[in-house]
Amino acid sequence: MSDIARSRPRVSGELEREQRLTLIQREAAALVPSEPRVAIASAERGYYELPLLKEPTWTWEIPLYLFIGGAAGTASVIAGIARLTGASPKLVRDARRISFAGAVLSPTLLISDLGRPERFLAMLRVFKPQSPMSMGVWILMGFSAATTAANVGAWLRERSMFPGLAALLEGGGDVAALAFGLPFASYTGVLIGATVIPVWNCNVALLPPHFLVSGLGASVGMLELAGNDAPALHWLGLGAAAVETAVGVEIEREKNPSQAPLKRGSSGWLIRLGGVLSGPIPLALRTASLFMKPKRAAKLRKYAAVSAVVGSAITRVAWIHAGQVSARQSRP
Amino acid sequence: MKTSAFLTDSTLCIGCKACEVACKEWNDVPPDFVEWRGLSYDNTWALSARTWRHVMFVEGIPEVGKGGNDPATMGWGLLSDVCKHCEVAGCLEACPTGALVRTEFESVYLQPDICNGCGYCVVSCPFGVVAKDADDGRAFKCTFCYDRQKADLQPACAKVCPTQSIQFGELDQLRERARERIGQLKDRGIHDASIWDPVDTGVAGTHAIFIVRGEQKAYNLPPNPEVPTTYLRSGWTSVAVAAGAMLVGTLIAFLGAGGRKL
Repeated sequence: MSDIARSRPRVSGELEREQRLTLIQREAAALVPSEPRVAIASAERGYYELPLLKEPTWTWEIPLYLFIGGAAGTASVIAGIARLTGASPKLVRDARRISFAGAVLSPTLLISDLGRPERFLAMLRVFKPQSPMSMGVWILMGFSAATTAANVGAWLRERSMFPGLAALLEGGGDVAALAFGLPFASYTGVLIGATVIPVWNCNVALLPPHFLVSGLGASVGMLELAGNDAPALHWLGLGAAAVETAVGVEIEREKNPSQAPLKRGSSGWLIRLGGVLSGPIPLALRTASLFMKPKRAAKLRKYAAVSAVVGSAITRVAWIHAGQVSARQSRP
Repeated sequence: MKTSAFLTDSTLCIGCKACEVACKEWNDVPPDFVEWRGLSYDNTWALSARTWRHVMFVEGIPEVGKGGNDPATMGWGLLSDVCKHCEVAGCLEACPTGALVRTEFESVYLQPDICNGCGYCVVSCPFGVVAKDADDGRAFKCTFCYDRQKADLQPACAKVCPTQSIQFGELDQLRERARERIGQLKDRGIHDASIWDPVDTGVAGTHAIFIVRGEQKAYNLPPNPEVPTTYLRSGWTSVAVAAGAMLVGTLIAFLGAGGRKL
């Protein structure tokens, strides 16, 4: 209740009435705004504080595509190198299956975003190096073909059918999937970095390694959760968590005002949540596991795996959301 | 080859929105979401998939004690905004289907039968012009009345403009006319008018130039528009470095710890 309302009951003498006037004067003076509260058109605020840029129109399919692409692309790198260095066949098979799942889900998600299947085909009529989206589609095509070949080859070999063809498909597919997997997991950084959205283009050099390593954390996590306990996976997971921690520190240290969506508001907290789950938490768990008995260590690594997979997915959602916030805040 | 252009002169605009109506009529553009927002007399807010000409109403801030015929009294700046048809166009570079093309009039044309609605042009336009239609799913923007230009007619908005605020013609001639107009205005005591023509920027000039009074930024006309293709080199270099590092790292991890149990 205001001072005026409280003092209302007794207004008798002239002195009291004068004091009451002073009270009203004080309260009214506080109502005068120091700066205009309504939106105005000015050099600082642009046209009535309406954003200069349009928001990204992408819905839930695209962040999920970025996450799956990262995991599938890096899984094919693990599959190729695991096979090359003679790691366990189960690890190679599981990694290949993750890539294949990604190769099936990715176009499905893109078609769902576009609305109709034939709209996806419109992208296959041109090859355009200056468009990261066009390059991305061709990388996805190459990746899908390669990982499908590797999986079909392995399937044929396991059933002892067409041995020559099986070896060719499996070997060639693995090498090609490795070659396409690396850009497939990282091109999405260029895709969103080479746009006019300030928070994205400020980070065009950071995003490709960030997404690649985030994808690596996720694919390592998926492979460990599928029951693979090769030490190489653990070291890869440790390395990915260390790099993600460094990326998080780098983001926190940024002082450029365009980077505000990475630190403030809902998008800032999503970035932090994704960052902590992919960086410090798995880093701490995996480091701790080095000093523990095997059974306890394996348990900690499982937790680290889950944290990295969830963190990788949240990271992509966070970056797309940050882009929307950034567009909303854009001024000329 | 003709280099068609628009010169939109805000000092002549009366805010009648005939350009918006003519554009919708000729191009058969469906109705937009229209609502008063309490921001002057602007009810379309911005260019969109269904608004290809947008009349802006920049209202001055009233000053206490100034009114009547005082020269410092509140005034309106009116400007019909439109796609800038950039010389180096972000949308055109980004389009992965080839739906966006450069026409023989040097304008940027979006072919709706090829557009797949990926939305990448939307985040590549430094002016927030091209937009995705939520119902249709594809992107739309000003066509610069490509069909009319082919038939040697001027764009619908320029034809209906009752004050010649929207002028259509050859780019260099319009630049000359804009300079003359600034001189005319100066003679009449209007010294705050300027030409917006971003030649030495990332877009390397546009095919829509404007004359405005006061702050250009108040009309959401950015002084230094950038085309996102300038970020490509840095992005792809980063991809190459990251990919190489990961390849080496994975090899080391498997060769170093491959068979051994932890």
